[in-house]
Amino acid sequence: MTDASEALARAHRDEWARVVAGLARRFGLDVAEDAAAEAFATAVERWPSDGVPANPGGWLVTTATRKAIDRLRRDAQRSAKYEAALMITDDSPPPETGPIEDDRLRLVFTCCHPALAMQARVALTLRMLGGLTVAEIARAFLVAETTMGQRITRAKAKIQAAHIPYRVPDENDLRLRLAGVLAVVYLIFNEGYLTSSGSDPLRVDLSDEAIRLGRLLHTLLPLDGEVTGLLSLMLLTDARRAARVSATGELVTLQDQDRGAWDRAMIEEGQTLVRERLASGAPLGRLQVLAAMNVVHTSAPTARDTDWSQIVALYDRLAAIDPSPIVRLNRAVALAEVDGPGVALAEVGRLASTLDSYHLLHATRAELLRRLGRSTEARAAYDRALALTANPAEQLHLARRRAQLPSRTS
Amino acid sequence: MPRYLMSVFGSPEPGPDSPTMTREEKLQSFADTGAFNDKLEREGHFVFADGLASALTATTVDGRGDQPVITDGPYLETKEYIGGFWVIDVPDLDVALTLAAEASHACREIVEVRPFQTEADIEAMLA
Repeated sequence: MTDASEALARAHRDEWARVVAGLARRFGLDVAEDAAAEAFATAVERWPSDGVPANPGGWLVTTATRKAIDRLRRDAQRSAKYEAALMITDDSPPPETGPIEDDRLRLVFTCCHPALAMQARVALTLRMLGGLTVAEIARAFLVAETTMGQRITRAKAKIQAAHIPYRVPDENDLRLRLAGVLAVVYLIFNEGYLTSSGSDPLRVDLSDEAIRLGRLLHTLLPLDGEVTGLLSLMLLTDARRAARVSATGELVTLQDQDRGAWDRAMIEEGQTLVRERLASGAPLGRLQVLAAMNVVHTSAPTARDTDWSQIVALYDRLAAIDPSPIVRLNRAVALAEVDGPGVALAEVGRLASTLDSYHLLHATRAELLRRLGRSTEARAAYDRALALTANPAEQLHLARRRAQLPSRTS
Repeated sequence: MPRYLMSVFGSPEPGPDSPTMTREEKLQSFADTGAFNDKLEREGHFVFADGLASALTATTVDGRGDQPVITDGPYLETKEYIGGFWVIDVPDLDVALTLAAEASHACREIVEVRPFQTEADIEAMLA
């Protein structure tokens, strides 16, 4: 890569959200998005020949601002009303400083506003904060580019028409609204993580994008425990990605993963973040408990060394925050390692009617039945799990496990 | 300031026959709604609010042709109809949504929040 293209890539990664966010406060989201895109296009043209500016971020903001004002001037020729708007926006005060006043945080809360559909929140977040193109987002979610374009356009139109504010929510609403933001980022992460079969090299990596967004949120809200929890959870999960799917595209469970293939630097970073939270003594939220479980797993040199009683204890904390049947199911998996498969199977049985259409209930039952030597019942449970999942990596895994059961006659 | 319509949705015949609430519960709901209206007035958000008679009393009129066509009953055939509404004047959607939650709690029905058009919307429509 040449110096200019490297500088461009870095500027796009580091400055896109800042440029959009700064402009959105003055000109609205629509104009901000177009002006930022135009400014980066101009940089692509100019930087290789003119040289990289001393302050790339400043250059981009100035250029994008000029583009936005040009656009408003053009619009103003059509309507005197816009002229008035231009006069007002030109008098915009300089941006305030301090993290809570960072325009990017305003942008986060607007893109993830609860009055927008979840799909629209995800798309807007990737476009406005992540700087992905509409084409990239469309490809990542396997929808047509026009569909994704309309989704983003409609969301921007609603933001404008319904007067969704461009600001950080009040103290009263902050926690709930922030939980909504974290849900959007975690959804993006899981979308990337669970579908990462690598079949499409042009598909942007949604897990990487989610981690970048997580880092941005952590920069903006360094003291929020759940923000830290989400970032560490994503790091500790993603660190195992290379070991999670075999060369033949089969899912490899935590138990059988090659721990040497885990990304030690990511694990180190994720574990440090969790330890900081634990040291703070503040009560742990849901994402922090999930991250702490991943610290336990990633600290064990082999699967056999896992401190399962610690995992069960963390599931108890999680169940106190989120008493959902899925949490109880996962707790049962850990319980099997501490109190044996019989106790776990009894617990899974109590969840059977609630989670009957959830493939992991049947996959879990199958594994427990196998350990108890009840092969016929295990086979039926694998069949149910296979019928309920569409994920090819999981199907391969389940089919192989089923094939490894002792034959009926034995 | 932006204006929003807060529509209240409910069954076509709420009235005294409604089986879901006792008389005391209804009186309490009226009182809560009255208190909510007073608060809107105090805080300068109140534009207009009222309850509507049963949707069964509605008449639909189509005056687009030469002769108006008049039909008995509401235009949309749904299970739930607008039973009343507020028009509020607030700075942005976040304030409107907070008030809508209080309104819904007070009147014990689901509330839909919808912005009114602004001059800019009409300009954009004509552009």
